Amino acid sequence: MALLEIESLTTDYGPVRAVDGVTLAVEHGSVTAVLGANGAGKTSLLRTISGLERASAGHVRLDGEEILGVAVEDIVRRGLSHVPEGRGVIAELSTEENLRVGGLSRGADALALSDIYELFPPLRERRTQLAASLSGGERQMLSIGRALMARPRVLLLDEPSLGLAPRVIAQIMQLISSLAAERGLAVLLVEQNARSALSIAHRGIVLNLGCIVADDDAHKLAADEGMRHAYLGF
Amino acid sequence: MNAALRVLRKPYGTLARSLALVVLAAVILFLVSEALGAYDDLQLANGAYYFVVLAGLTVLTGLSGQISLGHGALMAVGAYTVALLIGNEHWPLVPALLAATGIAALVGTAVGAAATRLRGPYLAGATLAFAIGLPALADKYTGTFGGENGLSINPPTPPSALGASFPLERWEAWIACVGALFVLFAMNNLKSSGTGRAFRAVRDDEIAASLCGLRVGRVQTLAFVLSAACAGLGGGLLAVVLQLAAPGAFQLGLSLSLLTAIVLGGLGSLTGAIWGAAVLVLLPSWTNDLAHSFSLPGNVTANLPLAIYGLVLIGAMIAWPSGIQGAVRAVALRLPARRASGGS
Amino acid sequence: MTRFIDLTLNGISTGAVYAAVALALVLIWRATRIVNFAQGGMLMITTFIASSVINTSGSYWLGFVVALASGLVLGAIVERLLIRKVEGGPPLNAVIVALGLLVLLQASAGMIWGNTPRSFPPAFSIRGYDVGGTRVLFSPNDTFIVLVVIGVAVGLAALFRGTAIGLKLRAAAFQPEVARLLGVRVGRMFTLGWALAALVGSLAGLLVAPAVFVGPNQFDPILIFGFTAAVLGGLDSPVGAVVGGIALGLVLSYVSGYEGASLVTLAALVVLLAVLMIRPGGLFSSTRERRV
Repeated sequence: MALLEIESLTTDYGPVRAVDGVTLAVEHGSVTAVLGANGAGKTSLLRTISGLERASAGHVRLDGEEILGVAVEDIVRRGLSHVPEGRGVIAELSTEENLRVGGLSRGADALALSDIYELFPPLRERRTQLAASLSGGERQMLSIGRALMARPRVLLLDEPSLGLAPRVIAQIMQLISSLAAERGLAVLLVEQNARSALSIAHRGIVLNLGCIVADDDAHKLAADEGMRHAYLGF
Repeated sequence: MNAALRVLRKPYGTLARSLALVVLAAVILFLVSEALGAYDDLQLANGAYYFVVLAGLTVLTGLSGQISLGHGALMAVGAYTVALLIGNEHWPLVPALLAATGIAALVGTAVGAAATRLRGPYLAGATLAFAIGLPALADKYTGTFGGENGLSINPPTPPSALGASFPLERWEAWIACVGALFVLFAMNNLKSSGTGRAFRAVRDDEIAASLCGLRVGRVQTLAFVLSAACAGLGGGLLAVVLQLAAPGAFQLGLSLSLLTAIVLGGLGSLTGAIWGAAVLVLLPSWTNDLAHSFSLPGNVTANLPLAIYGLVLIGAMIAWPSGIQGAVRAVALRLPARRASGGS
Repeated sequence: MTRFIDLTLNGISTGAVYAAVALALVLIWRATRIVNFAQGGMLMITTFIASSVINTSGSYWLGFVVALASGLVLGAIVERLLIRKVEGGPPLNAVIVALGLLVLLQASAGMIWGNTPRSFPPAFSIRGYDVGGTRVLFSPNDTFIVLVVIGVAVGLAALFRGTAIGLKLRAAAFQPEVARLLGVRVGRMFTLGWALAALVGSLAGLLVAPAVFVGPNQFDPILIFGFTAAVLGGLDSPVGAVVGGIALGLVLSYVSGYEGASLVTLAALVVLLAVLMIRPGGLFSSTRERRV
C-alpha cells in the first residue's frame, strides 16, 4: 500500500472541471513528478489534496486513512505538508518565526530548529531577518524547511523551481531527492520545469485539462520524444 | 417608432436617451405633484433633494469605488451657502443654488485631492473625521452660522403666473424636482460616457488604468468633485425646502443614512438612488406609524429608523450586496428573454 | 506656564485613552486586516453594561470586571457571526458592515437605556495632586489611566512577540491561507483577535466615561481620535498606537486650551490628513504601506 493514494479525484470550479478523475499513488521514499502545461490542473490537484479546494468526487488516502474532507488546518497534523505555489513565505515574519510557525502544530514533537539550520545553513545566517529580505532560493529553502518542521510523511511541492536561477534549481532538486531518500518522504512534485523534475523523480505523470495522459517511469517518460514535445516542452 | 429607436442607438444616442428619460420623468413628477396634497408634496420635495445627493454619492462609491462618510457635511456646506446668500445677501434662488453647488464642489476638490492617496478604510476614516469635524465650525463661529439654531430663510414664493393660491409645498417640490431632473440627466450621461468608463477602469484596476494613460489621481478627484457638487446642490435644495440650515440636521447620522440608502438601492445605480431616496423619506414616517400602532415607548420609536438602517447595512453587505436594484435585475434576468433584435 | 503644564498633563491622560482605543483598532487590524468602525459602539455598550451593574450592585470594580468580560464576549460574537462573512472580501464591504453595526449598536443602546447621557464614576479620585501648594490638573485617576494603558500595551506586545499564540495570530493575519496549511486554526485566531480588541476597547470606555458621560453618541469623537492615533502610530504597531495616542492627546489638549474645544475634532482631522499625506504608514510602521 502506497503512503499516498489518490483515486478518481475530481474538482470542479463551477462549470469548469479542473481535476478530472485523477488516480495515482506515491510510495514511501519516492518522488512522483506531476507535469503539464499551464492550466493543466496541477496546482488544483495539490490544493484539493490538502483541502484548500473541495473535491467533487474521489478519495485521498494517507497511509490507508481517508483524508478527503478533513479540514485544511488538520491535514498537517495527519502528516501531509503542502508547500504552495509562490512558496507562501510570510514576509512580515522573520526567518526563524516562519520556521516556528511550521512546528506549532506538532508542539514538542516538532523538528528542532537546529536540524533545519543544519540542512539549510543560509537560513541560520538570516534567522532574525524578515523573510521579505530573502532571495528566491533562500525562500524556497525556508518554505521547505518550514514544512519539514511538522515531520510530515507526505510532502506536496508546487513549482519549487519558479523564478529561480538554473544552479539554484539544481540544488533544490537535489535537496528534494535526498529528503525523499533519507527521510522516507513521499513527495508529490508539481513542476513546469519537466526536465529538472524528471531528473530526480521515480515516476512521472502528465496532466492535460485535468486528466492524466501519461503515467510512467520517469526515465521512460523523459525518453519519450512524442510526449516531451507535446506536453513537456523539451 | 423605428426611426426613434434608431436615433437612440446612435453614438449621440446617450444624450437622446437621457433627454427622453428626463422628459418622461418630468411628466410623471408633474402629474404626481398635482395629485398629491401638501404634506405629500413636501415628502416629494424631500425625496427629490435626497435623490440629488444620492445620485452623486452612488456614482462616487459604485462607479469610482471610493467610500465617503462625509457627504452629510458637504450637504451642510451647500445648505449654509444658500442660507447665507438668500437670507443675508438676498440673492435670487437659482444663482444661490448654483453657488451652493460650486462651493461644495470646491470643498470637494480639496477633499478629493486628499482622498486620492487614501484607500478603503483610510478614506472612510478621513471622511468620517470630516463629517464629525466640519459641523463644529458652526459652533465655533456662531455669529456667522447662527450656532445651534442655524440660519433660517424666507420660503420661496411661487411666481404670480401660477395663481395666488398655488400651494407652497408644490412649488418647493417643483424646485427640488427640477434639480433632481438636472442631476438625473447629468449622471445618466456620465455613466455611459468616457468619464464614466474612466471611473470604472480606475476602480477596477488602478495600475492597468494608469498604464492605459488615465491619470488616476485626477479621475478620482473628478468623481469626488462631481459627487460633492451634487451634495452641495442637494443641501441647498434642503435649505430651500425646509427654510432652515442648522447643525442638527447634518450630524454623523445623516452621512450614515446616505450610505445606507445607496447600499440599499444598489451601488452605482441611479434607479437605486431613487429607491434609496424613497427609503430615506418614507422610513421615518413608517416606523413612527409602526411604533404608534404597537404603542412602543418613546426610546424605541426614536431609535427605530436608525436600528433599521444598521440592520440594512449589515444585511445588505452579507446577504444582498447588490441592493434592491440588484434584486430587481436578478428577477428581470429570469424573465423570458426578448427576441434578439437584428444587428444592434 | 501653569496653563501649559496643565494642558500637557491633561493631554497625557486623555491621550492614554485614545491610545487604548487605538490599541483596540490596531489589534483588529493586525488580526483580520479590517478597521473596526464599530469599536466606538462596542465600547459604548460595554460601558452601559458596567453602568447598569454599578447602579444595581453599588460596586465599581464589579462593573469594571463585567464590562471587560462582556467586551470579550461581544468581540467574539461580532467576529464569529458578522465579520466572518466579510473577511477577505472587498474592503468596502467590511467597512459598511462595521458602520452598520455601529449604527445598530447606537440605536439599540438608545432603545434600552435611552438617549440622555448619564454620568459614570471614575475608578479613583479625580482631584488633582497637590504639588507644592498648587493643584495640578493630574489626579490619581489619571495616574491609573496612564498606568493601565501602558500595562496593556506592554502585555499585548509581549503576547504578540513572545508567545506561540501571538505568532499564530500574526501568521493568521498576514497570510491566512498559508497559515492554515501550517496547521494554524485561522478562524479561532480571528475570533481571539476581535475578543482581545473588544476587551481593550471596553477598558478604554471605562476610563473615558467619567469625562464624556455615557450615551449612544457620546463616544463618537473617541472613535475618531482613536482612529487618528492608530493611523498616526501606524495601524500595524501597538507601540505606535500608544505613542500616537499620547501625541494626539497632547496636540488636542493644546488646541482645546488655546483655540477652543469645538475645534478639537477638526484638529484631529488635520492631523489625520497630515499623517496620511506625508507618512501613510504611520510613525512606527515596519511594513511598507500599500502603494499602488
